[in-house]
Amino acid sequence: MSMFKIFDISGSAVSAQSQRLNIVASNLANVDTVAGPDGSAYKARQVSFQTVMMNTQDGMPAAGVKVAGVSEDQSPGRRVHDPANPSADATGYVTYSNVNAVDEMVNMISASRSYQNNIEVMNTAKSLMMKTLQMGQG
Amino acid sequence: MNVNRLTDTLDFQAKALDLRGERQRIIASNIANADTPGYVAREMDFASALREATASAGSVSGSLAAPVSGGASAAFAATPGLMATTDAGHIPLRSLSSGLSGLRYAAPSQTNLDSNTVDMDRERASFADNSVKYEATLRFINTHVRTMLDAMKSPSQG
Repeated sequence: MSMFKIFDISGSAVSAQSQRLNIVASNLANVDTVAGPDGSAYKARQVSFQTVMMNTQDGMPAAGVKVAGVSEDQSPGRRVHDPANPSADATGYVTYSNVNAVDEMVNMISASRSYQNNIEVMNTAKSLMMKTLQMGQG
Repeated sequence: MNVNRLTDTLDFQAKALDLRGERQRIIASNIANADTPGYVAREMDFASALREATASAGSVSGSLAAPVSGGASAAFAATPGLMATTDAGHIPLRSLSSGLSGLRYAAPSQTNLDSNTVDMDRERASFADNSVKYEATLRFINTHVRTMLDAMKSPSQG
């Protein structure tokens, strides 16, 4: 039955979106992280999605998603003049992580919407399949 | 009355249900890839897919009805897209191209920076539309079965 594949497709998307949500959580948690003794602060991470073609018996395409990789944003971190901070360098500047909290919030909303969409697809497919199982009885 | 008449409508509805399931899967793929850069949304031309599916079914049953002659020179593979049946014991496969030709790329309504052409509003609408039509087809089948069972009952039965 062709509809079984929907759970694989939407399942892969849900898992990819939850990884994205995980990354967003890491980024938001580290939004105020300052640079350690080595001078490098936390770098914002970003997932990249890729289509996975799934095999079906009848040759019809089924396209899932996977996380192809996680990349680090290499832009320089936020620098704040705060000589009183124990992490300040010789010139009195503290280097924070390069996480942009607004970007991350937008990313989070987008990920959660996509997650919800895919869950709804699975629920609809499930209810349709349950009705298909009762075919001919009513 | 030909016995096939009992199931002919059912065959058609079964094909329609099958294609609805395929379309549901295609839309699910599009929704799953809504955030994938470079993904191109696909869409099924349901009317032509159904026309093709029912047409190929007719040709398959036609070739089944015609007995394959024993001679090696028997004309085979006359139908394009159908696998050749060169022996009486071969089971004809359904057209390999069936369904695939009903698939098109959806025209993007807005260009996206990451060249993804999934229009989420349209996909959601198509998904809801397809779900309702899937259920409608199911009800057609159920009603047909009930009608047939009613017709088979003897008058004495309530």
